[in-house]
Amino acid sequence: MNSRLFSIIRKEFIQILRDPRTLMMILFIPVMQLFLLGYAATTDVKNVPLAVWDQSRSPESRKLLDAFRAADYFRIAYDVGSEDDIRELIESSDARAGLIIPPDYSQRLLDGDAQVAMVLDGSDSTVGATALSTARLIGQSHAAKLMQEQAARLGRSAGVEPPLEVRTQVWYNPDLVSAYFMIPGVIGMILFAITSILTATTIVRERERGTIEQLIVTPIRSWELVVGKLMPYVILSLFDTLVVLALGNLCFGVPVRGNLGLIITLSGLLLLSGLGIGLFASTIANTQQEAMLTTWMTLLPAIFLSGFLFPLEAMPAVLRWVSYLIPLRYYLVIIRSLMLKGVGAAALKSEIIPLAVFGIGIMTAAALRFRKRLD
Amino acid sequence: MTLLVEALHLRKTFGETVAVEDVCLDVKAGEIFGLVGSDGAGKTTILRLLVGAMQPDRGQIEVCGYDISRNVEQARARLGYLSQKFSLYEDLSVLENIRFFAEVRGLAASEWLPRSMEILDFVGLAEFKDRRAGQLSGGMKQKLGLATAMVTRPTLLLLDEPTTGVDPVTRQDFWQMLIRLVSNSNDGNNGQQVSVIISTPYMDEAARCSRIGFMRAGNIVAGGTPAELRALLTGRVLELRGEPLFLLRKIAGEDKDVEDVQIFGDRLHLRIRSGTAKEVIRRLPRQVTSGQGRVAALGMVPAGLEDVFIALSESSHGGS
Repeated sequence: MNSRLFSIIRKEFIQILRDPRTLMMILFIPVMQLFLLGYAATTDVKNVPLAVWDQSRSPESRKLLDAFRAADYFRIAYDVGSEDDIRELIESSDARAGLIIPPDYSQRLLDGDAQVAMVLDGSDSTVGATALSTARLIGQSHAAKLMQEQAARLGRSAGVEPPLEVRTQVWYNPDLVSAYFMIPGVIGMILFAITSILTATTIVRERERGTIEQLIVTPIRSWELVVGKLMPYVILSLFDTLVVLALGNLCFGVPVRGNLGLIITLSGLLLLSGLGIGLFASTIANTQQEAMLTTWMTLLPAIFLSGFLFPLEAMPAVLRWVSYLIPLRYYLVIIRSLMLKGVGAAALKSEIIPLAVFGIGIMTAAALRFRKRLD
Repeated sequence: MTLLVEALHLRKTFGETVAVEDVCLDVKAGEIFGLVGSDGAGKTTILRLLVGAMQPDRGQIEVCGYDISRNVEQARARLGYLSQKFSLYEDLSVLENIRFFAEVRGLAASEWLPRSMEILDFVGLAEFKDRRAGQLSGGMKQKLGLATAMVTRPTLLLLDEPTTGVDPVTRQDFWQMLIRLVSNSNDGNNGQQVSVIISTPYMDEAARCSRIGFMRAGNIVAGGTPAELRALLTGRVLELRGEPLFLLRKIAGEDKDVEDVQIFGDRLHLRIRSGTAKEVIRRLPRQVTSGQGRVAALGMVPAGLEDVFIALSESSHGGS
């Protein structure tokens, strides 16, 4: 093996091990991000606190409330006596929704024109939207059940089935657990953020501390310097990938259905982009802070426009075009498909190619800018 | 004698600033060549040009027989460089630093350890080999820098103000080391002659060099051995002692043949126009006495490098 290259790699590892900040960034932050996003950033709406003003207090109204209870989405948290009470609870955010059952509910039910009112707190649109559709579904299925019961009482057992039924089947993530969506994203985010930030700072640090001047006058070739300094971060990032894959599987049950070798290979492809961006930033920045800021400027759009948090399909066309310039976008499709669907490389051609093109492009641009010189 | 360094008509600018202008320089094997000049004179830039850390706008450089613009890595394999700012890894130990630089400069795995220990012994850091470089004192850091620069037995050492900010005792040590290094090699160390290019603002250090290049505003304005440089002012430096010093200084400063007055402790050095020594020696004591002062001694002395340096620096302002 090239002994100069090996010396640089060993030196870099020693420095990483002795620098608590870098160590924490590599070992602790990925795990913290995994748990934070795995648990906290869940978009699964459950146990929405519901305030109920049941003016009917009849067996029929209790059945309706049971239907809400059974659905698991709402938690009947308050039993109140006026609309004002509901308003107050929603204003103080103690309740997210209010259900008003009129006094003549059971009578109107018999007449076939019963109505209940549902009030939703729209200030949190995610909760509001889910609660809205769930409340509608609960209402519809309860109504259908009531019709069947009525028909049964009247002796007509058949004929009241709805003419159309959509039978849904959710593939890959039948319970629509958001951790399945989040954790592959965390892997992408970690690979991308760690490699770009650490690459940029590790090279700029040599310049900031003046050690680059000694390196320049050694016979180290430029490529040896770059590869030697980046290699430890490649190794550690891939190690992080395995850790997050394992923890995601053990703690959140996120499956790893695809080929592990393929996952690592394609993760390496994303690393090329992260390293390239970091290296490029290091050729612009003079201090570690500047390097940090420069890489952050590429990380922010990556967080928001890669599909890491928000679905690309819902974005305005302009932002969607921008997202084509973000390497993480392609990787997220790749890693989610690999982990959840277990597909092979052939199914991901249209992501692998742009990711490779971006990685090679930015790496080449950075390598061309990188000079083993002071001026 | 073979030339180890030959630089011709170097020019280097940073934007509007001209850092180095038309500098020619040669260093022979076995020499300690001193680049002397005040801050900002261009010493550091010249050293950086010589090691290829910067590219000249114009000019040619050959180091150890290699053209820097083409074969810089071959040349680098033969030189050691110590930059002005301490630039080793503070989070690595003394030995780890030396090992790293020894290995990347091509020392085989079996060689680096004995060679490193030998060099640490030489600079007196052997007992600190496991200490982190960041915890060394300023002088020890410079010695470590020297050690890493020397570990591969370079034929040319370039040292950029290695003793600035270092205490006098360590400075003395440092110079003893350099002199030992050069003279040992001349006694036949692998038949290789080591040369040193050192930049310094200190005249006492300049006096120890085999040859000096005086730098001012990006130019080497004078060059030669210390003796040759001192000869530039032969017969032009008078030493005046007496009291009160301020009066002597005032009277000397007003004399038409005195170009410059410098205070050296309890005496004055007067630089006079050439050929005027006798007249000044005759004239000055009279003027001092009539001014209620007393002259203890006035006579011609050999010029010091400091006198030469000041004279050369001043001729810049008047346009010589």
